[in-house]
Amino acid sequence: MSTLSVDHLLGIKYLKAEDIQLIFETADHFKEIINRPIKKVPSLRDITIANLFFENSTRTKLSFEIAQKRLSADVINFSASQSSVKKGETLIDTVNNILSMKVDMVVMRHPKPGAAAFLQQHVDARIINAGDGAHEHPTQALLDTYSIREKFGTVKGKNVVIVGDILHSRVALSNIFALQLLGAQVMVCGPKSLIPKYIYELGVIVETDLKKALQWCDVANMLRVQNERMEVSYFPSVREYTQQYGLTKELLDSIGKEIVIMHPGPINRGVEITSEVADSKQAIILDQVENGVAIRMAVTYLLASKIES
Amino acid sequence: MLILIFSITFALEYVENIMSQKVLLNQKEVNIILHRLACQLIEKHTDFSNTILVGLQPRGKFLANRLKALLQSDYNIANVQIGCLDITFYRDDFRRSNKVLQASTNEMDCVVEGRNVVFVDDVLYTGRSIRAALTAIQAYGRPSSIELLILIDRRFSRHLPIQPDFRGRQVDAIDNEKVIVNWKETHGEDNVYLIKQ
Repeated sequence: MSTLSVDHLLGIKYLKAEDIQLIFETADHFKEIINRPIKKVPSLRDITIANLFFENSTRTKLSFEIAQKRLSADVINFSASQSSVKKGETLIDTVNNILSMKVDMVVMRHPKPGAAAFLQQHVDARIINAGDGAHEHPTQALLDTYSIREKFGTVKGKNVVIVGDILHSRVALSNIFALQLLGAQVMVCGPKSLIPKYIYELGVIVETDLKKALQWCDVANMLRVQNERMEVSYFPSVREYTQQYGLTKELLDSIGKEIVIMHPGPINRGVEITSEVADSKQAIILDQVENGVAIRMAVTYLLASKIES
Repeated sequence: MLILIFSITFALEYVENIMSQKVLLNQKEVNIILHRLACQLIEKHTDFSNTILVGLQPRGKFLANRLKALLQSDYNIANVQIGCLDITFYRDDFRRSNKVLQASTNEMDCVVEGRNVVFVDDVLYTGRSIRAALTAIQAYGRPSSIELLILIDRRFSRHLPIQPDFRGRQVDAIDNEKVIVNWKETHGEDNVYLIKQ
């Protein structure tokens, strides 16, 4: 297979295992390119991409932008906070106005779940979902599984635990889909109040004891508690959360084996993970960021190849 | 039964007509040409101390490796540096051709800056791959010079003003003909075919 089965990247649930394999193989080439003295290729020099961020982002936005620039695409950036959205413009109007400026591809982050799929039905451009509410964040899941593949050679058969706020996390859902497609066993671990009921239907193991989860896994993906999405309190206090679900060196030393630690960022140091663990050799957090650029170059390149000239 | 035999014979003839192949070079001829190209390279680059042979992926790699082995075994030139360059992301037909572009690996472990680079490829056709390679190599530095070594030069097919410096054999092939180069490493023996489609 040398082309994606989809025309847009709306979520991992629309992809096949072969699509992910193709994205990984293409990312391998781009990873070599971004480590050269001249980190740029001219492939997308006639493509214009709009990055629409209706929600705050540092890593994802920069990572997409640098990936697009490394492919020589023209890039325009848009943040909702500085736009006419504040004046009452609808999403479709905003995007159609941007597309009138001859934009070929849209990368969008939006606080509402399903925003990317909605946009795809109404506008004529390739859409990449850069996070839609608590639904999906496909490129994050791709870079996470790519980092596991890089570390172990394969994702198949690995035990991966996702720890923390599963309920509000788009990273968790996309990761579950991607890991299962690639043949890994997935466990989620966190306080009962932050584990959604539907999770049982996805065929993942649920564990509330962090130590047991760590003893089971090869990789632990630590998530941030998403306070901004919480309308009510889901646990008594941050201190109590940290005591039960914070990853410390003592806890890692006590499980008797070396596991790989991942974190999609931004890190709340001292809450879900201590600085000592986050900066340790076991943590591949900065490798994830580097791989993010290669993965986003691969996705952008493969989707752009489907745009008719 | 008779009708069946007739129809099979007819079908076979039809297939033969649309896909006939002719041997352009056999194993012996390829071997002679490789020796000549190796000698021509020595004539120009003497001890290869400042030269890098760069095979263009995917197929130029075999020719570059073969030349390196030959220079080492028959002409006592050790340490010929070679690299492999993939040009996929530098091509000018991205989104313009039905063929899906698939990348190969780059193996450029040597310094290119200030060196004499010799691009090595099996067939020179439109010249567009070479144009892409000229851009791609810049990502690794500024070579002092770039030359082109080609096993089969399909003249009259060029889209760009690009000509080889070292040429194995020149052929006159028309557009619906295809030149296939087989290598010992992948097909058991070296030979070159002209296939009419």
